[in-house]
Amino acid sequence: MADIQKLENVASQVRRDIIRMVHAVQSGHPGGSLGCTDFLVALYGEIMEYDPNFNMDGKHEDMFFLSNGHISPLWYSVLARNGYFPTKELATFRKINSRLQGHPATHEGLPGVRVASGSLGQGLSVAIGVALSKKLNGDDKTVYCLTGDGELQEGQIWEAMMFATHHKVDNLIVTVDWNGQQIDGANDDVITLGDLEAKWQSFGWEVLHMNGNDMTAVVEGLKHAKTKTGQGKPIVILMKTEMGYGVDYMMGTHAWHGKAPNDELTAKALNQLEETLGDY
Amino acid sequence: MLENLISTGKKATRDGFGAGLHEIGQQNSEVVALCADLVGSLKMQAFIKDFPERFFQVGIAEANMMGIAAGLATGGKIPYTGTFANFSTGRVYDQIRQSIAYSHKNVKICASHAGVTLGEDGATHQILEDIGMMKMLPGMTVINPCDYNQTKAATIAIAKHYGPVYLRFGRPSWPIFTPEDQVFEIGKALLLSEGTDVSIFATGHMVWQAIEAAKALAQDGISCEIINIHTIKPLDEDAVLASAKKTGCVVSAEEHQRHGGLGDSIAQLLARAYPTPMEFVAVNDSFGESGKPFELMEKYGLGVSDVIQSVKTVLKRKA
Repeated sequence: MADIQKLENVASQVRRDIIRMVHAVQSGHPGGSLGCTDFLVALYGEIMEYDPNFNMDGKHEDMFFLSNGHISPLWYSVLARNGYFPTKELATFRKINSRLQGHPATHEGLPGVRVASGSLGQGLSVAIGVALSKKLNGDDKTVYCLTGDGELQEGQIWEAMMFATHHKVDNLIVTVDWNGQQIDGANDDVITLGDLEAKWQSFGWEVLHMNGNDMTAVVEGLKHAKTKTGQGKPIVILMKTEMGYGVDYMMGTHAWHGKAPNDELTAKALNQLEETLGDY
Repeated sequence: MLENLISTGKKATRDGFGAGLHEIGQQNSEVVALCADLVGSLKMQAFIKDFPERFFQVGIAEANMMGIAAGLATGGKIPYTGTFANFSTGRVYDQIRQSIAYSHKNVKICASHAGVTLGEDGATHQILEDIGMMKMLPGMTVINPCDYNQTKAATIAIAKHYGPVYLRFGRPSWPIFTPEDQVFEIGKALLLSEGTDVSIFATGHMVWQAIEAAKALAQDGISCEIINIHTIKPLDEDAVLASAKKTGCVVSAEEHQRHGGLGDSIAQLLARAYPTPMEFVAVNDSFGESGKPFELMEKYGLGVSDVIQSVKTVLKRKA
């Protein structure tokens, strides 16, 4: 049984880390980071089997790929809180000579990151390639990939979707952060995604739904998705989240997609997020 | 030595790629191949026949192919991607930049039908900017072999080099003049013929053009040193400087735009280390067009006569 309370404690601390990281450098992307916190905390804390001594090839490990690289503060916090590198390194986020680049990169050798992301639409293809390598290696572990919803406007995503069904990449679980928002506004105002479920289904994917801001639902949803692997179809979870979840003034708007709070608003946010594991 | 540089037959460099891919596939079970709906053009059939489980047909989706290759490399494989040079570079530049070069993935980007010698399909497909794009990427190795045998050897050699590689070759049947049993050393220029009056640094199909030009110039008593630069990056700087110092003037020859190609790399080196009169045989800021390969080479400044003219021009500038 998953210890939901423990995961929620980690999520609260991760959300504090996100706010403090973007506040410190007055840049970064808090909105999507906060919205996906429960998902990534559950994935690393409960679902995936992996070696915290980082191996680039991830053989015989579950592996995660972040395609929407701009929510890097979330990923960095989760990696640090799960032992990939010291939490104090979170203080170097977006600063010169840091391994914690604005968008994730392998170039500085940060443990946990296996490919650069940030230019959108590329991570799904990479995750598919890794999933194929696992099949060739006789490795039965699972590859996970998170994409944004606005990111689905990139054409490469649809190339990858077609490929994955044709080649039966069924050791892959993709999650779409379906918060309905992107930089310029709501998806429906920028370029509507239309019937997202029907689109993935028509491409031959196993389509699941999940509330991404309910820890119990996330854990159960990811475990359910795992039961669908190995059945000849790639799996996608359409995960409803709220951008900025956990900080009241960041919710219900796209305004905090890529903006850092000032001192006053940072204090206000931190008041809403319990310090459970100790700030870095 | 010049008289020994003779054609022993003709085959396309892309055939050398296909043969090399098959051979490295036999030698190394980590080698995998991907293709974007151009299996026949890239001559990948032998690999696919013998190693079907290690081949991935991607369809007409080059961006996806580059990402999947990056993922396969992450998982420890050595992926070779195959499509035309145009679709291997410009079309997927950002994918190569982020997922392969910046992420230092061990992907071999194998690019056929480069340059005007692609012929009748015309300028949409005749990329002349690919060397420039690829050599600008930090950590990218750029190789442009000159004949069937060299392309085959290069295809095998790049599997033993860890890191991203751009391997460029072409469509037309072309003279074979390098040894069948050669060992390909990345980054090592090959002295094909010693000379004293001028150094010709040539890459790809233009190596044969340089040989033909040197033979004609020898009739006029002009002694050309011919150096085959199959690896444009990293450039064999020692070989370039040694020859430039010996002859005192330089001609570069490549089936590429003058901007951004091999000539640029050599000129930059010479400007820094040994300023030397230099001429460039290359396409001069122009797109190509439909036609037969040799017609196009003549029209776009890549003919044997263009090499000869450049040699004569640079000799006049020599102090």
